[in-house]
Amino acid sequence: MEKNKKSKHEVLGSDIGVYWKPKSKIWVAASIATVLLALLVDVLVPNVQFVNPVSYQVFLGGFAAVLTVLWIASRYVGTIRKKLYHKAQFIFAVGIVLALWDLLTTKSGIFKLPFFPGPVQIVDVIVKERTTLLISTYYSMRLFFVGLVSGTLLGIATGILIGWYRQWYYWLFPVIKISGVIPAIAWLPIAIVLLPNSFSAGVFLIAIASWFSVAFMVSGGIASTPKVYYEAAKTLGAGESFLLFHIALPNAVPDIFSGISTATGLSFLTLIVSEMIGAKAGLGWYINWAKAWSAYDKVYASIIIMAIAFSIILAVLTVVRNYVLRWKNGIVQ
Amino acid sequence: MSNPGILIDIRGVDRVYYDTTGRKTEALQNVNLQIRKGELISFIGPSGCGKTTLLRLIAGLDAPQAGQLLLNESPVEKPGFERGYVFQQGALFPWKTVEENIAIGLIARNVYKEKKPLVKQYIDMIGLTGFEKAYPHEISGGMAQRVAIARALINEPKVLLLDEPLGALDAFTRIDLQNTIRKIWKNTRTTIVLVTHDVDEAIYLSDRIVIMTARPGKINEIIEVKLKPERDRNDDEFIILRRRVLEKLHLAGMHIPSRLVDPVELINVLGLGEAI
Repeated sequence: MEKNKKSKHEVLGSDIGVYWKPKSKIWVAASIATVLLALLVDVLVPNVQFVNPVSYQVFLGGFAAVLTVLWIASRYVGTIRKKLYHKAQFIFAVGIVLALWDLLTTKSGIFKLPFFPGPVQIVDVIVKERTTLLISTYYSMRLFFVGLVSGTLLGIATGILIGWYRQWYYWLFPVIKISGVIPAIAWLPIAIVLLPNSFSAGVFLIAIASWFSVAFMVSGGIASTPKVYYEAAKTLGAGESFLLFHIALPNAVPDIFSGISTATGLSFLTLIVSEMIGAKAGLGWYINWAKAWSAYDKVYASIIIMAIAFSIILAVLTVVRNYVLRWKNGIVQ
Repeated sequence: MSNPGILIDIRGVDRVYYDTTGRKTEALQNVNLQIRKGELISFIGPSGCGKTTLLRLIAGLDAPQAGQLLLNESPVEKPGFERGYVFQQGALFPWKTVEENIAIGLIARNVYKEKKPLVKQYIDMIGLTGFEKAYPHEISGGMAQRVAIARALINEPKVLLLDEPLGALDAFTRIDLQNTIRKIWKNTRTTIVLVTHDVDEAIYLSDRIVIMTARPGKINEIIEVKLKPERDRNDDEFIILRRRVLEKLHLAGMHIPSRLVDPVELINVLGLGEAI
């Protein structure tokens, strides 16, 4: 018996540091229970505010159903089990928070409207306003990607010039260094006046926000290429352009990705602020518009959509980064 | 004047370095050496004797202040693929797989399309079949040096320059790679210049051993290794030669414990008692 216990621990040993409570079975059941509790609270406790509870109740019911399906699947699939067990305690807390939030707002009015809408109202507004929210998200994402991609490309090009050619370094590096510390959004008044429309102004602001951080990292990455790589390539017959594109640039790829990560964060910020101030579409504009009508439920809805959209972007970036830098996996830095 | 048997002609070469405080180090002083076509020659000597500097000068990675280096009678000015170089730590490109690292010379010279089959041939030759898609950090130090050698050889260089290529490897891997180098040399008849600090390695591999002294870096003596092609590290002649080289190095200022120069002690220390 004792021996058996030990071997089980050894099998799971590698997971213990990585996963939260990998062995505990009770939390999955408890998490489903609290989600159902939040549902029961909403169904059974009478409302003091006028709301349409259908969307929220469907959402909670669906959430509980998905958890149950995963729970059953986790008996057969190891990876699902690990991840579900890992998240279970957190979901348990989410269920309790949703129930409390519902009780403190819609069910009692302790927290007052319009500043503190309940979860029922926010879910309802997301469903009702889905078309506007989708269009706003589309406009925001379009602005974001056009700005980030053009800024990143410009940043890579500038970074190569600065990192590779001494004269570019001499003349351009101080400019990058000084302009890099200015928050891009400071250019907003000028961008609005000089550029033909709010879209191009937004692209301009996001592009310069990402440009400097990418250029900075790329030039650093190129300049830090170990000398022995150049020497090795030269003795293999490499010319100048080969050294740049096959040695220096690949060596700078990890830095390009850290530049893009910084640029992405700055771009989220620039995107929302520039939309709030200068645009007529997008999630930032939607927040500002909803605020003008004191529709704070819509503000929260928009914030939730932003959180989801930006998290997806960051997750995709991480996947791409891990794939491109697979040659680095396992190298201890 | 010109001799068809000579591949590299080093004439009166000086190389001086100045450190940040302006202090002068004479890495090489009036070095004269002729390297024959097809031979395997090693440079050995204490640290600071300029052996690596001399190798870098041949590669064109560094330039002398005085004197001349000729390859087939034309002066060496810059690095080129006809002088393949293997660095102490391999210097494989970490973002490229084994086969991509080996192919890089072909790509750099724009001959990849027509010479692509060579990549597989060289992977087979160094015994790394099955590791084509591995990244450098996934293979051992010995394997990495094999890749570095194949990467240089795929260009079919006139001379292969090896800068202490086995210095960082353990004893077993080292002997294994010494055999590989000797086999490659026999099969390809490429001229090989080897920088080493390992006396056995120099004797086992070379036709000639260049013993160098430090401060200023100079050639002290050139020893012809007249051993039969199939070399045995426990052979009497091998041991006598080892003693001779060690004595020379000792005189040249290399810090070898003096007892190592005593042949009986030497045999015991090296664990060769039973072999004789």
